[in-house]
Amino acid sequence: MNPAIKLALDRLEDTVHLGRHLGLFARPGDIFTLSGDLGAGKTTLTQAIGQGLAVPAGCYITSPTFSLLHEYPGRMPMYHMDLYRLGSMEEVEELGFEDYMYGQGLTVIEWPDRLENLMPADRLDINLVLISEYSRLARLTAWGGMQPRLPSLLREL
Amino acid sequence: MIILGIESSCDETAAAVMENDERLLANVVNSQIDLHAKYGGVVPELASRKHLEDIFPVVDQALQEARITLDQVDGLAITQGPGLIGSLLVGLSFAKALALVKKIPYVGVDHMAGHLLSVFLGKTKPDFPFVALIASGGHSSIFLVTDYFHYTLLGRTRDDAAGEAFDKVAKILGLPYPGGPAISELAKNGDPDSINFPRSWLEPDSLDFSFSGIKTSVANYVKQNLRRAPQADEKNPSSVTANICASFQEAVVDVLATKTMKACRKLAATNVVLAGGVAANPRLREVFAKMAAREGFKVSMPPTQFCTDNAAMIALAGFHAFRQGAAGHSDMDAYSRSPLTELA
Repeated sequence: MNPAIKLALDRLEDTVHLGRHLGLFARPGDIFTLSGDLGAGKTTLTQAIGQGLAVPAGCYITSPTFSLLHEYPGRMPMYHMDLYRLGSMEEVEELGFEDYMYGQGLTVIEWPDRLENLMPADRLDINLVLISEYSRLARLTAWGGMQPRLPSLLREL
Repeated sequence: MIILGIESSCDETAAAVMENDERLLANVVNSQIDLHAKYGGVVPELASRKHLEDIFPVVDQALQEARITLDQVDGLAITQGPGLIGSLLVGLSFAKALALVKKIPYVGVDHMAGHLLSVFLGKTKPDFPFVALIASGGHSSIFLVTDYFHYTLLGRTRDDAAGEAFDKVAKILGLPYPGGPAISELAKNGDPDSINFPRSWLEPDSLDFSFSGIKTSVANYVKQNLRRAPQADEKNPSSVTANICASFQEAVVDVLATKTMKACRKLAATNVVLAGGVAANPRLREVFAKMAAREGFKVSMPPTQFCTDNAAMIALAGFHAFRQGAAGHSDMDAYSRSPLTELA
């Protein structure tokens, strides 16, 4: 099993700091998955990733739960998908989400467990755990081509 | 002019027949709530398949209720967006085919424009210009509406929509989908002042909303105060779940209503409108009316049946579009995000 790197995010600012650095770290074609309960901070983290990617400030990063996929302009396109309302990988397939995942932007996937066999081999998994009002624990796990790049991210944090 | 309106943007397949903007001859809404309830939300693939099954019988029923045939229809109005693309395409393709075969003119209608004009389906109609709050599962936006065609976006959500917050809090509390009615029902037995959930006002001048934080606060509160998962069948008036529902609802309602009144003052508007699915919430209607009365504003809200998605509002918006000379074309496509809710 691939070991997870744990990061204590004691304050809201720590979550924002992590997100910005993830945004700066991202390269075209990267995939980040975001897991954690409702209220764990996935929206906040994605908004901070957007800041790191230079998504214009007037372009609000809102929840994609209702519309499933939002696309944002930035240093590279950011595709923000939320699979919360989907039942299975067949639905992900039918919606053509793989075309985005293997495109030229950064793909941020919330509720990635719905991907099942479509889970990409090269990716960074980010799991957020709600500890208390502002405090979170982040677990980062790099897979495939993302593994050798993880140390450079950690050095920047 | 007889307009047939068709709406299929989310989980309702709907058709309505209107004569001009005055007489509603038929209004059929076939909801898919039961189908989606077990998934805790709308499943898009299920939604488009169900629309495909339902659209013909729903349109047929609307024509029968209106006691007309397709040959008497002068124009088709069809929701073009925003919504789930797969669902929208079912309605749009159906309307295009019908228009082609029967040689009926058609127009695409923005679902948000439908909500903004839905108030004209009720008895109390506002005067232009008016400020309108559209709160639903996908949107929480404040607009200035200067006439039937001009809408200026004043504020919008920066994260979750109000209806989405209701759905997600319901999920945290183990309540059924859709979350709005379930929370509103339980809230009747709770004390709205029992828990001080944070109201997100953002910057002093901002007319934007943020409902992601309150969802987090509820999740935190549940984690700290409820040892076991709350039960959906708890009806005990003093139950913690009822207090959470009442306090959460109060916080959301307070922010929605206060910001809308603020928008009115800022733009010197004296007419204010509440619409969208969340406008069916009785507590929001009550607080909205009270605040508006205090400010001396004239308040108009569509009857609840026209707050949730329906095709009457699409037919009505379509009528005005036809009057303006709008015409659909065969390569007209569906869109998932409304240009009305993006800042120019």
